[in-house]
Amino acid sequence: MTLLSVTNLAVQYGGRKILDDVSFSLAEGRWLMLVGSNGAGKSTLVKAIAQGVPYRGSVCYRGEDVKRYRPHVLARHIGVLSQSHHVSYSFTVGEVVRLGRYSHAPGIFSQKQAGDERCVREALELTGMLPLAGRSVLTLSGGELQRVFLAQLFAQNPQILILDEPTNHLDLVYQKQVFALLETWLRAGKGRGILSVVHDLSLARAYGTDAVLLDRGTLIASGAADTVFSPEHLERAYSMDVYAWMRAMLSQWEAGREDFPAAEKDEGRQNKGVSKTQ
Amino acid sequence: MRNKRQDTGTGEQALSSRAVEEQIRDRGFSPPACALCALATLLTLLLCVCVGSVGISPSLTVSTVWKAIRSAVLGLQPPEGLNEAIILSVRLPRVLCVGLTGASLSLCGAAMQGLLKNPLADGSTLGVSSGASLGAVIAIAFGVALPSLPFAGTMGMAMLFAFLSLAVILALAYRLDCSLSTNTIILIGVIYSMFASSLISFITVYASDRVRQITFWTMGSLAGSGYGDALVLFITLLVCGAAILCHGRELNAFALGEENARHIGVNVRRVRLIIMIAVSALIGVCVSIGGTIGFVGLVTPHMARMVAGPNHRRLLPATMFAGACFLMLADLLARILLNPLELPIGVVTSFIGALVFIFIFYRSRRAER
Repeated sequence: MTLLSVTNLAVQYGGRKILDDVSFSLAEGRWLMLVGSNGAGKSTLVKAIAQGVPYRGSVCYRGEDVKRYRPHVLARHIGVLSQSHHVSYSFTVGEVVRLGRYSHAPGIFSQKQAGDERCVREALELTGMLPLAGRSVLTLSGGELQRVFLAQLFAQNPQILILDEPTNHLDLVYQKQVFALLETWLRAGKGRGILSVVHDLSLARAYGTDAVLLDRGTLIASGAADTVFSPEHLERAYSMDVYAWMRAMLSQWEAGREDFPAAEKDEGRQNKGVSKTQ
Repeated sequence: MRNKRQDTGTGEQALSSRAVEEQIRDRGFSPPACALCALATLLTLLLCVCVGSVGISPSLTVSTVWKAIRSAVLGLQPPEGLNEAIILSVRLPRVLCVGLTGASLSLCGAAMQGLLKNPLADGSTLGVSSGASLGAVIAIAFGVALPSLPFAGTMGMAMLFAFLSLAVILALAYRLDCSLSTNTIILIGVIYSMFASSLISFITVYASDRVRQITFWTMGSLAGSGYGDALVLFITLLVCGAAILCHGRELNAFALGEENARHIGVNVRRVRLIIMIAVSALIGVCVSIGGTIGFVGLVTPHMARMVAGPNHRRLLPATMFAGACFLMLADLLARILLNPLELPIGVVTSFIGALVFIFIFYRSRRAER
């Protein structure tokens, strides 16, 4: 079933078209990668879906326009992680993650819910932030802050995750862990879906089941990842031979190393991106 | 991320389950803390009533106030005598007004600092107070008044102009800089303040027949205020304060950024509107009764934050009490520092406030680097 469908979406800033006539959809159990060069409108698209910028066209959740949902009801279904986070006050990690439960009891007199503490705890555990629960967010590194807001998103427990560069600020180890974590999350429940902006094409290729390729605000291709990431599409989006570049990058690692491991089976899934470029 | 790498570098051990529970619980303002703050505020009030050009013993003060309340309730003759008169008709109403103004302005400051995620926000730095003054001056100059309530015209105009100023300043800030950076808003606020001051001067010259009235008002302090003013302040604080205090969690979300607030499901527009209306009403009433008292709303939330932490569910009530105490003490200083002369209260708060403002600005800039 279609979870999220975006139809003829257009965004303008002061007469300048940022996005023009973009349509795609996200189905249950799918992970849609939003890909494109800098300035292609990926973040704007995420903001529009999150109701952060005015747009024309429609965004529907399970067939109903998201504008018809009240904000807290929508937040129980769609969770959004922004690209960067700035904090001004010394909230503790626990307090920030706790705010993720807001949509489940938004009233003035309904502030406590039985499951809240458990959800917050699980989210902290899942992202490895439990030991830091009492720390001030002002003292955290960029990567730790990113994980705090990821934990907030898990505490919110929505059906669709919309992530604007979820592994921004994260080093390789955490990148791998976050993507593995998201994949586990996606498979763990019915009716879930992920839409994420990813800069790293290899990551997009390895984890995405679907993809949307944008170039300067217009849609180049959308659908199954295999068809979207064709050499022709990528050539149009990036104005360069992406496949040749990937091959060249990989050969740097292979050069002079006979023991270079063959495409590693990573936790039960084949690294399609890597195997194809070899 | 179970089998995770230990890169936190702090060597923190796995915390016991209870400690974690403690850290992730969303605690509000606990009753003991509330009682403690109320007690401190009452003691400050007592101190401020007792000390002055004529020293009065605390026991006499307490007994006089008690008698006055009893006689008012039972309809008896109020207590008489010089000291009693000083307490009941000069100091007590003044100190009450000062305390309530302090609580209101501080609450406004804390609410705006949260709403705009801006540690430098306050009625005076944003230009809302100047806007309210402009409204009040217009009301005096052009004789805007409601028939039966002589003060309602000034007060209503002050509230209206406070709200309009806030709306204009925020609209401009959003236009210029979507991320609402600290400096943009403060800069717009300063410019707006200057603009409002120039308009006030213009009106003062234009309506020369009312210059005395306007000057009297702009010089106005809380010195001559009575129980009526205190009642108006109290009712406004009760209504608007409740509106702000009920939105503690939403303000927490805003303090992490408006975008984050929207993502976790806060009705951003509605909450912003409610807070703006409550803040404007409070500032409007305070300005129309006591004139502009700068920097109170800027300083006290920071002091309260050091004690209560940034969580608005604790910060907002703590700020109210802190603001009441701070302004009562500032008023006390204003009265006794150059005895028998009296300083305007704004002088004391601006003196302290400006220093604290620079300190906060310096520290936040250092942190950004």
